[in-house]
Amino acid sequence: MPSFYEIADQLHSWLNANFNPTWVLIIEMVLAGVAVIGLFAVLGLVLVIMERKVSAWMQIRLGPNRVGPKGMLQSLADTVKLIVKEGMTPSGADKFLFNLAPYIAMIVAMLLLAPIAFAGNFQLWDINVGVLYVSAISSLSVISVLMAGWASNNKYSLLGAMRSGAQIVSYELTAGLSVLAIVVLAGDLKISAIIASQSDGWWIFKGHIPVIIAFVTFIIAVTAETNRAPFDLAEAESELTAGFHTEYSGMKFALFFLAEYVNVFIVCALGATLFLGGPMPLHIGNWEGFNHAMDYVPSSLWFFGKTFFLIFLIMWFRWTFPRLRIDQLLNLEWKYLLPISMINLLIVTAMAILKWHF
Amino acid sequence: MSVKKYISDVFGAIKSLATGMKRTMYYFTHHKEIITQQYPDNRNTLELPDRFKGEVVMPHDENNEHRCTGCQACELACPNGTIKVIFKNELTPEGKKKKAIDKLVYHLELCTMCNLCVEACPSDAIKMAQTFEHSVFDRSKLTKVLNHPGSKIMEGVE
Repeated sequence: MPSFYEIADQLHSWLNANFNPTWVLIIEMVLAGVAVIGLFAVLGLVLVIMERKVSAWMQIRLGPNRVGPKGMLQSLADTVKLIVKEGMTPSGADKFLFNLAPYIAMIVAMLLLAPIAFAGNFQLWDINVGVLYVSAISSLSVISVLMAGWASNNKYSLLGAMRSGAQIVSYELTAGLSVLAIVVLAGDLKISAIIASQSDGWWIFKGHIPVIIAFVTFIIAVTAETNRAPFDLAEAESELTAGFHTEYSGMKFALFFLAEYVNVFIVCALGATLFLGGPMPLHIGNWEGFNHAMDYVPSSLWFFGKTFFLIFLIMWFRWTFPRLRIDQLLNLEWKYLLPISMINLLIVTAMAILKWHF
Repeated sequence: MSVKKYISDVFGAIKSLATGMKRTMYYFTHHKEIITQQYPDNRNTLELPDRFKGEVVMPHDENNEHRCTGCQACELACPNGTIKVIFKNELTPEGKKKKAIDKLVYHLELCTMCNLCVEACPSDAIKMAQTFEHSVFDRSKLTKVLNHPGSKIMEGVE
């Protein structure tokens, strides 16, 4: 079976042989855009049905089981419903910002996809500051939430947006510090270099307890950043109806919904890349036979397996823990996560300098 | 906040969160625990929990005898006047007059299934049944008489 890298490489050489370089660039950009949009659509469908099934089983329910085999086409039916619904704009809303906000949310999610390595050597853009790029762009998503909340001209929306602002601004710090732990160990910001540094073992195994602590703080921080329960104060359906997207309907609502799931996928992909080796297969020390067998599993399968494991972990949190109050949320960040991750970063730095890791 | 309390707080939080996650993981992997009843599909094999409260009924034995003495405890206990006890006088074999129920009228349309009448009853004459398909086309059909026609009180129930 050809790998993603080989397919992309052959396509590139075929295009170069038949078109001039400008057209090759344009065609490749269009192809990448179509692939990204296709991936988004598939991710939206898969993650929504996965979330509904996981939540149902964790709450001793059955979940959707009517549309298609075992209810697996439910999210497709929901999408069709959302497409045909009217996308209403309230008369008191700021029309331009109101209609712009969902697209900003989507564009941010699309931009974040650029440096993610989906398989070995298969990346849209291997930028040399990949990790910095991801953490910089991901903090832009708060703009779309604030924009939606402000433009809706609705108390619930504004309250949700303000909470989301406080939350994302504070949890960015912990997410950044946890990511820095891996950057310090790998010695590079480039995604492909970080993956290459894990060819003899994933950082979560090589880095002892400090990296495990960094992993835990990273998972908590990204759960908060993607506005999911137990940190879903921006939506908080029991107090704010739907928070910042209260006034949205139809496809504009669907875009927010999709952006949330795509963001979850991206942060999990990033977590898988940084801590679990991304497309790298599982290698244990000197077990030649075992390592060789693991190499036969395609790298894309490794990547998606790890990512979906992390997505499941985040869903597991969501359907287990109750929502935090805003003061508890900020306490958790400023009194616990931030000091812990700062001290942890110090220990990781000492480890990297003294070469205590494997 | 002392350092010791800080550290014990962190570990206590991790422990309690892990306890919750263990429980949801148990439910996630054990599908036999699912309590959803797919009602219209399993209508013939429906299993309701013991404490399910569908409507108030008065059990009668094979001699068409019930245990209701007409003490009105249920009528007094009912918060919204669902139960009305209507009396008649019966003659005992010794020729004495004895108070007995003529009709125990039960308004299903008013009932909230609060179970207070069943708890108030001193002689266990009424209980909650597990029927729940109560829709009818005429509201008057929801007013029910709980004692069967021609029934009388069981021997030995005072």
